[in-house]
Amino acid sequence: MSRRLPEPVAVSGEQLGANALEVEGVSHSYGKRKALSDVSFHVRPASFCVLLGLNGAGKSTLYSLITHLYAVQKGTIRIFGFDVNRTPSEALRRLGVVFQARTLDLDLTVEQNLSYHAALHGISKREASFRAAAVLDEVAMAGRAGDKVRTLSGGQMRRVEIARALLHRPRLLLLDEPTVGLDVKARADILKHVRHLVGETGIGVLWATHLIDEVASGDNVVLLHEGRVIDQGHAAEVAARTGAPDIGAAFKKLTGVAGEGDRWDQP
Amino acid sequence: MGSAVTARQRREGFSLVQYLRCFAGIVWRETLRFWHQRERFVSALVRPLVWLFIFAAGFRSVLGVSIIPPYDTYVLYEVYITPGLVAMIELFSGMQSSLSMVYDREMGNMRSLLVSPFPRWFLLTSKLMAGTAVSLVQAYAFLAVAYFWEIEPPSPWGYLTVLPALILSGLMLGALGMLLSSLIKQLENFAGVMNFVIFPMFFASSALYPLWRVREGSPWLAFLCELNPFTHAVELIRFAFYEQVNFLSLAVVLGATIVFLATAIIAYDPSRGILTRREGP
Repeated sequence: MSRRLPEPVAVSGEQLGANALEVEGVSHSYGKRKALSDVSFHVRPASFCVLLGLNGAGKSTLYSLITHLYAVQKGTIRIFGFDVNRTPSEALRRLGVVFQARTLDLDLTVEQNLSYHAALHGISKREASFRAAAVLDEVAMAGRAGDKVRTLSGGQMRRVEIARALLHRPRLLLLDEPTVGLDVKARADILKHVRHLVGETGIGVLWATHLIDEVASGDNVVLLHEGRVIDQGHAAEVAARTGAPDIGAAFKKLTGVAGEGDRWDQP
Repeated sequence: MGSAVTARQRREGFSLVQYLRCFAGIVWRETLRFWHQRERFVSALVRPLVWLFIFAAGFRSVLGVSIIPPYDTYVLYEVYITPGLVAMIELFSGMQSSLSMVYDREMGNMRSLLVSPFPRWFLLTSKLMAGTAVSLVQAYAFLAVAYFWEIEPPSPWGYLTVLPALILSGLMLGALGMLLSSLIKQLENFAGVMNFVIFPMFFASSALYPLWRVREGSPWLAFLCELNPFTHAVELIRFAFYEQVNFLSLAVVLGATIVFLATAIIAYDPSRGILTRREGP
């Protein structure tokens, strides 16, 4: 899982210095229930940002807004400067997503799934099979290209989903709880691979999780709790600000809730 | 961060070729899924054949069909109900694809379609056309079996002239299914669609009995049948099979297709649709 990915296509015309993702004052309600209130943060290109929050904190709602499944009710979301509400097409083509739920077609082969995704981005068949070979190789799944997805393990499916999300060479990658339900090794592999992508290809990554041990001290962290951003910045900074030994303890202190993950159990 | 959209940003857009690739990809996936669910194909074929071989044979002597357009002679009951059964295949196919959309939504597959950068109306219309293409295969397979039962159009051209009618009615019923899929919250609710959509639509139509017969029994029911777009899908197919056009039915089917599809697109629109108002994709 270490060979070089093809460089992202040079997307000319994008504003130099634009953030990969910019969320500004976003609020969202389902009827009377408020899911997000005044959420603001950004993700720089070539950076790994962790959106940390417990289940129900509003992470999935936020992802639904960024992927334009719902329209943004209040505030703005921009991907490389393109407003998701106003120019969804331009925003979405720069975005790769790995959803929390499995979204591969179980009855189709790995290759067919990728090929369908390529078509949804207007990529030709020939180009698609060329790219599919490269991205599958990258996640060490090249040997399973012809197999039905149904026969893969959970970790392998996730790797295929990551490969698929990169097929159209996005510049921002969103992952929603990508390691849930995976064993320790598969989790570590996937985390390592995505971190590697950031360094190699300069892609911006927003990694949503409730597992504190997935945060490294150099990561940018956005702490989401009950629909609000309660703190953000470098993990070490946030911890220092809170006067806690690490980000896990900081989160616990800020929210008053214990979450999951290895370090949570240690006082 | 100062990243307001400036003139320097270039929108890339998509070329016509890319639109076609996307469309072809959606049709291809639908075809593959259809291929993987062969039992669905068999059951889609068995259902109308049971009606044809058992129901129609039994009713043959009970229900005589007089000479009504497009028929210029007395026809056997089997011949009369064949267009209705073809429409039934399309009705079930349309509902099936809406069922699969609800399923896709629950399973998350719908999301991979909806994060495509192509406009949503285009994605949904492509999906609708893909579903219709699959229903055409089923309809022609049924007509092929019926041919060996000696149910055939007056001339072989009928198989060709019925094609546009099949496409149009398939689109209408698929669009109806898509609209329903946007309204149904969960898969479990789908049984209700069976009871409240498929059966009433099928029975309150001219599929099994000519409307003048219905009118003898109950004028208001006949009126209801005339309002039923499914009746017009059946009549459009019936006339087309005889190389004729029923203009009233054509207009109704065309109008209903547009209304159903437009409403479905609005329902799936992120800013206006029902998706926004409830949780979950």
